[in-house]
Amino acid sequence: MSETYLPHGLPTPSTAPDGLAEPYWQGTREGKLRIQKCKGCGAWQWGPEWICHRCHSFDLGWEEIRGRGRIYSYQKPHHPVHTALSDRGPYVIVLVELPEYGNVRMVGNLLGDARQAVPIGAPVEAVFEPHDGYTLVQWRLVST
Amino acid sequence: MTDRTLRGKVAIVGIGETTYYKHGQSPDSEFKLALQAVVKACEDAGISPHDVDGFASYGNDRSDAPRLASALGTKDFRFSNMFWGGGGGGVCGAVGNAAAAVATGMADCVVAFRSLAQGQYARYGRSQAASAVMGDDAFLAPYGLMSPAQRFAMKVTRFMHDHGIRQEALRAISLACYHHAQNNPNAVMKGRPLDAAKYDASRWIIEPFFHLYDCCQENDGAAAVIVVPAERAKDFKGKPVYLLACGQGSDHRSAAPVHNMPNYPSSHFNQLAPRMYEMAKLGPSDMGIVQCYENFTGGVLMSLVEHGLVKPEQANEVLVPENLYVESGKMPLNTSGGNLAECYMHGLELVIEAVRQIRGSAINQVKRSDAAIVIGGPMVTPVSSLILGSEATL
Repeated sequence: MSETYLPHGLPTPSTAPDGLAEPYWQGTREGKLRIQKCKGCGAWQWGPEWICHRCHSFDLGWEEIRGRGRIYSYQKPHHPVHTALSDRGPYVIVLVELPEYGNVRMVGNLLGDARQAVPIGAPVEAVFEPHDGYTLVQWRLVST
Repeated sequence: MTDRTLRGKVAIVGIGETTYYKHGQSPDSEFKLALQAVVKACEDAGISPHDVDGFASYGNDRSDAPRLASALGTKDFRFSNMFWGGGGGGVCGAVGNAAAAVATGMADCVVAFRSLAQGQYARYGRSQAASAVMGDDAFLAPYGLMSPAQRFAMKVTRFMHDHGIRQEALRAISLACYHHAQNNPNAVMKGRPLDAAKYDASRWIIEPFFHLYDCCQENDGAAAVIVVPAERAKDFKGKPVYLLACGQGSDHRSAAPVHNMPNYPSSHFNQLAPRMYEMAKLGPSDMGIVQCYENFTGGVLMSLVEHGLVKPEQANEVLVPENLYVESGKMPLNTSGGNLAECYMHGLELVIEAVRQIRGSAINQVKRSDAAIVIGGPMVTPVSSLILGSEATL
């Protein structure tokens, strides 16, 4: 297991018995970022859902996408909300929008020093962060 | 077609609050607090608790309506209702649901209440997440995003960024709540005044906009209001306060997964507020009393904007303490101290303060006291708001 942005001991993602999000987690383990794309109307959708909210098709496929986006918003938590974070704050959570894919948004951590400025609108790229049994998608700033 | 409205159909004729305690300080159990609040509201109305025939609440209140009805000896238990969603999003909706039951003849005397002994249960600021998480949480908790403050912080960051609003606007909201609490004997923060320097020096909960004093307390207590048909409103002890409108719901797809709601930097009142004003036949400028739920001050800011009470481009100029204080303010805000400084009674204390203001019996009495707006817990979904008025507004 390689080094991770946040300490071990945080809640781990688990596929619900309904299996809705399984293609995403299977993808990240393989280093691929996949989101839903409606086979009825072609719209991108995130997070995972059973139905397309536009055309009400239940036929939602999963497609691999390019992990490039821009920072839509961010926060730097200081107060430890979990025992695993007691000595870790501040850290950076970013909300990244993906203009190539209908501006869907993804939540992750921004890699690097938490004291860095986090410019809203700045381009970022996805970084796969392997954990024991699952892989998270993190983000890092890139030059345009 | 008949005019389908709640305007003027029901009145609040009784209000009841327990002592408000700091987190974990209540000597009484949560259910006993609920009973105390209902009994006090009945005393205020001059009725027997036997005559309450319905219960409405929100936020998954643990004080179960059938148990309350049995404990109180309700003669004819006709209505029970729980507003979906967490926190105080449903505070005004619970009053509205009570009103709807009364207006349509399903019940005659419904209590809307909230009981909360947070010290006897889990902390909000500390995750209760299991070691493995599913659904939306699977995409959030592994990144250290778990608490209510964290769920909302990025909405505030983006709103402040979009409109160039400074921290001082949020500070003014916090200062107003603490200022008003200093006169209120039931306020948990009475005797603990706040000033700008203390606010600025307070620790970060979350950068860039959540200082300690931007966040609500956790408390123990209970509160209740009694809703009856307007035609009977004068049969009770005190001056009745009429419901002019209730709005509930949320903006389009506001619960879209993993922070994908279309209008992200929002408290979720954009669609609700216009239809509520339409029902009330009043507008933002008619509201002499403004009670706005503070889970976090950034939510107050967006709520005020979405209800037309502040223009975002004027927020830096308008949201200054002098404008929000009862003595000098154009828009006195949270005149009993609100969630930040009176008690985090999930906003029911705001409804009760609006009633006191319209009755003319508030500790920090405002001058324009005919119409009040109460805005429920922002940024959650669904949310709700309420407009109340004196007899003169009917």
